[in-house]
Amino acid sequence: MSEQQTENPLRDAISEAIRDNEVILFMKGTPEAPACGFSMRTVQALQATGAAFAAVDILPDPRIRQELSALSNWPTIPQLFVGGELLGGCDIVTEMYESGELHEALGVEAPAAAGPGPGETADPGSAPLGIENRLG
Amino acid sequence: MPTTDEIKQRIESAIPDATAEVEDWTGGGDHFRATVVSPAFAGLSRIQQHKLVMDVFAGEIGGSIHAFSVKTQTP
Repeated sequence: MSEQQTENPLRDAISEAIRDNEVILFMKGTPEAPACGFSMRTVQALQATGAAFAAVDILPDPRIRQELSALSNWPTIPQLFVGGELLGGCDIVTEMYESGELHEALGVEAPAAAGPGPGETADPGSAPLGIENRLG
Repeated sequence: MPTTDEIKQRIESAIPDATAEVEDWTGGGDHFRATVVSPAFAGLSRIQQHKLVMDVFAGEIGGSIHAFSVKTQTP
Protein backbone atom coordinates (compact mmCIF):
# COMPACT_ATOMS: atom_id res chain seq x y z
CA MET A 1 0.00 0.00 0.00
CA SER A 2 3.02 2.32 0.09
CA GLU A 3 3.23 5.21 -2.33
CA GLN A 4 5.05 4.05 -5.38
CA GLN A 5 7.78 6.32 -6.57
CA THR A 6 8.11 4.41 -9.82
CA GLU A 7 7.52 6.22 -13.05
CA ASN A 8 3.78 6.31 -13.53
CA PRO A 9 2.79 9.37 -15.54
CA LEU A 10 -0.91 8.55 -15.55
CA ARG A 11 -1.08 8.18 -11.79
CA ASP A 12 0.89 11.39 -11.41
CA ALA A 13 -1.50 13.16 -13.78
CA ILE A 14 -4.49 11.93 -11.75
CA SER A 15 -2.87 13.05 -8.47
CA GLU A 16 -2.15 16.46 -9.97
CA ALA A 17 -5.70 16.81 -11.24
CA ILE A 18 -7.04 15.99 -7.78
CA ARG A 19 -4.65 18.46 -6.20
CA ASP A 20 -5.23 21.24 -8.72
CA ASN A 21 -9.02 21.12 -8.84
CA GLU A 22 -10.90 22.01 -5.67
CA VAL A 23 -13.85 19.89 -6.77
CA ILE A 24 -13.27 17.11 -9.25
CA LEU A 25 -15.52 14.25 -10.26
CA PHE A 26 -14.27 11.09 -11.92
CA MET A 27 -17.23 9.59 -13.72
CA LYS A 28 -18.42 7.37 -16.53
CA GLY A 29 -19.30 9.63 -19.43
CA THR A 30 -19.56 13.40 -19.27
CA PRO A 31 -21.82 15.71 -17.25
CA GLU A 32 -23.91 16.21 -20.43
CA ALA A 33 -24.01 12.52 -21.24
CA PRO A 34 -23.40 10.35 -18.17
CA ALA A 35 -22.85 6.74 -19.16
CA CYS A 36 -24.05 5.20 -15.89
CA GLY A 37 -26.92 5.90 -13.55
CA PHE A 38 -24.62 6.34 -10.56
CA SER A 39 -22.53 8.92 -12.38
CA MET A 40 -25.72 10.63 -13.51
CA ARG A 41 -27.13 10.93 -10.00
CA THR A 42 -23.85 12.26 -8.68
CA VAL A 43 -23.63 14.88 -11.44
CA GLN A 44 -27.22 15.92 -10.80
CA ALA A 45 -26.55 16.40 -7.08
CA LEU A 46 -23.41 18.39 -7.81
CA GLN A 47 -25.11 20.55 -10.41
CA ALA A 48 -27.99 21.19 -8.05
CA THR A 49 -25.59 22.76 -5.56
CA GLY A 50 -24.48 25.30 -8.15
CA ALA A 51 -20.83 24.64 -7.31
CA ALA A 52 -18.26 24.60 -10.09
CA PHE A 53 -16.61 21.25 -10.61
CA ALA A 54 -14.14 19.59 -12.92
CA ALA A 55 -15.14 16.29 -14.50
CA VAL A 56 -13.06 13.47 -15.91
CA ASP A 57 -14.53 10.72 -18.04
CA ILE A 58 -12.76 7.52 -17.03
CA LEU A 59 -14.17 5.42 -19.87
CA PRO A 60 -11.78 6.30 -22.73
CA ASP A 61 -8.88 4.46 -21.08
CA PRO A 62 -9.36 1.61 -18.56
CA ARG A 63 -6.03 2.52 -16.97
CA ILE A 64 -7.53 5.76 -15.62
CA ARG A 65 -9.95 3.81 -13.46
CA GLN A 66 -7.24 1.35 -12.44
CA GLU A 67 -4.86 4.08 -11.34
CA LEU A 68 -7.61 6.15 -9.73
CA SER A 69 -8.84 3.26 -7.60
CA ALA A 70 -5.28 2.38 -6.66
CA LEU A 71 -4.76 5.96 -5.51
CA SER A 72 -8.05 6.42 -3.70
CA ASN A 73 -8.47 2.87 -2.41
CA TRP A 74 -12.09 3.11 -3.55
CA PRO A 75 -13.38 0.49 -5.97
CA THR A 76 -16.28 2.12 -7.73
CA ILE A 77 -17.00 5.04 -10.04
CA PRO A 78 -18.00 7.86 -9.62
CA GLN A 79 -15.54 9.36 -7.16
CA LEU A 80 -15.83 12.93 -5.97
CA PHE A 81 -12.79 14.70 -4.56
CA VAL A 82 -13.05 17.96 -2.65
CA GLY A 83 -9.94 19.78 -1.53
CA GLY A 84 -7.76 16.86 -2.54
CA GLU A 85 -9.69 14.33 -0.45
CA LEU A 86 -12.11 11.64 -1.56
CA LEU A 87 -15.54 12.73 -0.36
CA GLY A 88 -17.35 9.70 -1.68
CA GLY A 89 -19.20 8.00 -4.49
CA CYS A 90 -22.81 8.20 -5.54
CA ASP A 91 -24.30 7.05 -2.21
CA ILE A 92 -22.38 9.47 -0.05
CA VAL A 93 -22.78 12.41 -2.43
CA THR A 94 -26.54 11.97 -2.80
CA GLU A 95 -26.97 11.39 0.94
CA MET A 96 -24.96 14.52 1.70
CA TYR A 97 -26.90 16.46 -0.91
CA GLU A 98 -30.19 15.51 0.68
CA SER A 99 -29.02 16.46 4.15
CA GLY A 100 -27.50 19.76 2.98
CA GLU A 101 -24.00 18.65 3.97
CA LEU A 102 -22.85 18.66 0.36
CA HIS A 103 -23.42 22.40 0.06
CA GLU A 104 -21.40 22.88 3.19
CA ALA A 105 -18.60 20.63 1.96
CA LEU A 106 -18.50 22.54 -1.33
CA GLY A 107 -18.73 25.91 0.35
CA VAL A 108 -21.89 27.01 -1.42
CA GLU A 109 -25.23 28.32 -0.26
CA ALA A 110 -28.34 26.17 -0.09
CA PRO A 111 -29.86 25.47 -3.55
CA ALA A 112 -32.55 28.14 -3.40
CA ALA A 113 -29.93 30.84 -2.88
CA ALA A 114 -27.29 29.46 -5.23
CA GLY A 115 -27.22 31.26 -8.56
CA PRO A 116 -25.01 30.46 -11.51
CA GLY A 117 -21.59 32.01 -11.17
CA PRO A 118 -19.31 33.25 -13.88
CA GLY A 119 -17.91 30.66 -16.27
CA GLU A 120 -14.56 29.08 -15.64
CA THR A 121 -12.02 28.21 -18.24
CA ALA A 122 -10.45 24.78 -18.42
CA ASP A 123 -7.11 24.39 -16.75
CA PRO A 124 -4.63 23.87 -19.58
CA GLY A 125 -2.42 21.78 -17.32
CA SER A 126 -5.22 19.23 -17.02
CA ALA A 127 -5.44 18.59 -20.74
CA PRO A 128 -4.06 15.01 -20.75
CA LEU A 129 -7.03 13.80 -18.73
CA GLY A 130 -9.57 15.82 -20.65
CA ILE A 131 -10.80 17.69 -17.61
CA GLU A 132 -13.53 20.20 -18.13
CA ASN A 133 -14.64 22.70 -15.57
CA ARG A 134 -18.35 22.84 -15.16
CA LEU A 135 -20.91 25.03 -13.59
CA GLY A 136 -24.10 23.54 -12.31
CA MET B 1 -22.26 -14.83 -7.85
CA PRO B 2 -22.88 -13.89 -4.21
CA THR B 3 -26.41 -13.97 -2.82
CA THR B 4 -27.98 -11.30 -0.61
CA ASP B 5 -27.77 -13.72 2.36
CA GLU B 6 -24.07 -14.31 1.77
CA ILE B 7 -23.41 -10.61 1.56
CA LYS B 8 -25.39 -9.98 4.74
CA GLN B 9 -23.49 -12.68 6.61
CA ARG B 10 -20.11 -11.49 5.38
CA ILE B 11 -20.81 -7.92 6.48
CA GLU B 12 -22.14 -9.02 9.86
CA SER B 13 -19.16 -11.26 10.56
CA ALA B 14 -16.61 -8.69 9.42
CA ILE B 15 -17.89 -5.59 11.20
CA PRO B 16 -18.30 -5.66 14.99
CA ASP B 17 -21.93 -5.93 16.14
CA ALA B 18 -23.20 -5.07 12.70
CA THR B 19 -26.65 -5.77 11.41
CA ALA B 20 -27.08 -5.58 7.67
CA GLU B 21 -30.05 -5.51 5.38
CA VAL B 22 -29.14 -6.44 1.84
CA GLU B 23 -31.32 -6.31 -1.22
CA ASP B 24 -30.71 -7.29 -4.78
CA TRP B 25 -31.40 -3.99 -6.45
CA THR B 26 -32.13 -5.12 -9.96
CA GLY B 27 -32.87 -8.81 -9.47
CA GLY B 28 -29.86 -9.60 -11.60
CA GLY B 29 -27.64 -10.80 -8.77
CA ASP B 30 -24.92 -8.21 -9.32
CA HIS B 31 -26.38 -4.92 -8.07
CA PHE B 32 -26.72 -4.87 -4.31
CA ARG B 33 -27.90 -2.34 -1.83
CA ALA B 34 -26.91 -2.71 1.82
CA THR B 35 -27.95 -0.82 4.90
CA VAL B 36 -25.50 -1.51 7.70
CA VAL B 37 -25.91 -0.50 11.33
CA SER B 38 -22.92 -0.85 13.63
CA PRO B 39 -21.46 0.94 16.64
CA ALA B 40 -18.11 0.60 14.85
CA PHE B 41 -19.12 3.53 12.63
CA ALA B 42 -19.24 5.98 15.52
CA GLY B 43 -16.81 8.83 15.10
CA LEU B 44 -15.87 7.86 11.54
CA SER B 45 -16.46 10.01 8.48
CA ARG B 46 -18.91 8.68 5.91
CA ILE B 47 -16.12 7.70 3.60
CA GLN B 48 -14.44 5.72 6.38
CA GLN B 49 -17.72 4.06 7.28
CA HIS B 50 -18.36 3.06 3.69
CA LYS B 51 -14.80 1.84 3.31
CA LEU B 52 -15.29 -0.56 6.22
CA VAL B 53 -18.17 -2.11 4.31
CA MET B 54 -16.51 -1.94 0.88
CA ASP B 55 -13.37 -3.59 2.24
CA VAL B 56 -15.35 -6.73 3.04
CA PHE B 57 -15.72 -7.20 -0.70
CA ALA B 58 -12.34 -5.96 -1.83
CA GLY B 59 -11.65 -7.14 -5.34
CA GLU B 60 -15.23 -8.23 -6.00
CA ILE B 61 -16.78 -4.81 -6.43
CA GLY B 62 -16.46 -3.93 -10.07
CA GLY B 63 -16.08 -7.65 -10.80
CA SER B 64 -18.73 -10.17 -9.80
CA ILE B 65 -20.51 -7.40 -7.88
CA HIS B 66 -21.14 -4.77 -10.51
CA ALA B 67 -22.63 -2.20 -8.21
CA PHE B 68 -22.79 -1.99 -4.46
CA SER B 69 -24.75 0.75 -2.79
CA VAL B 70 -24.15 1.34 0.90
CA LYS B 71 -25.90 3.21 3.63
CA THR B 72 -24.31 3.22 7.07
CA GLN B 73 -25.82 4.10 10.43
CA THR B 74 -24.87 3.92 14.06
CA PRO B 75 -27.40 2.26 16.36
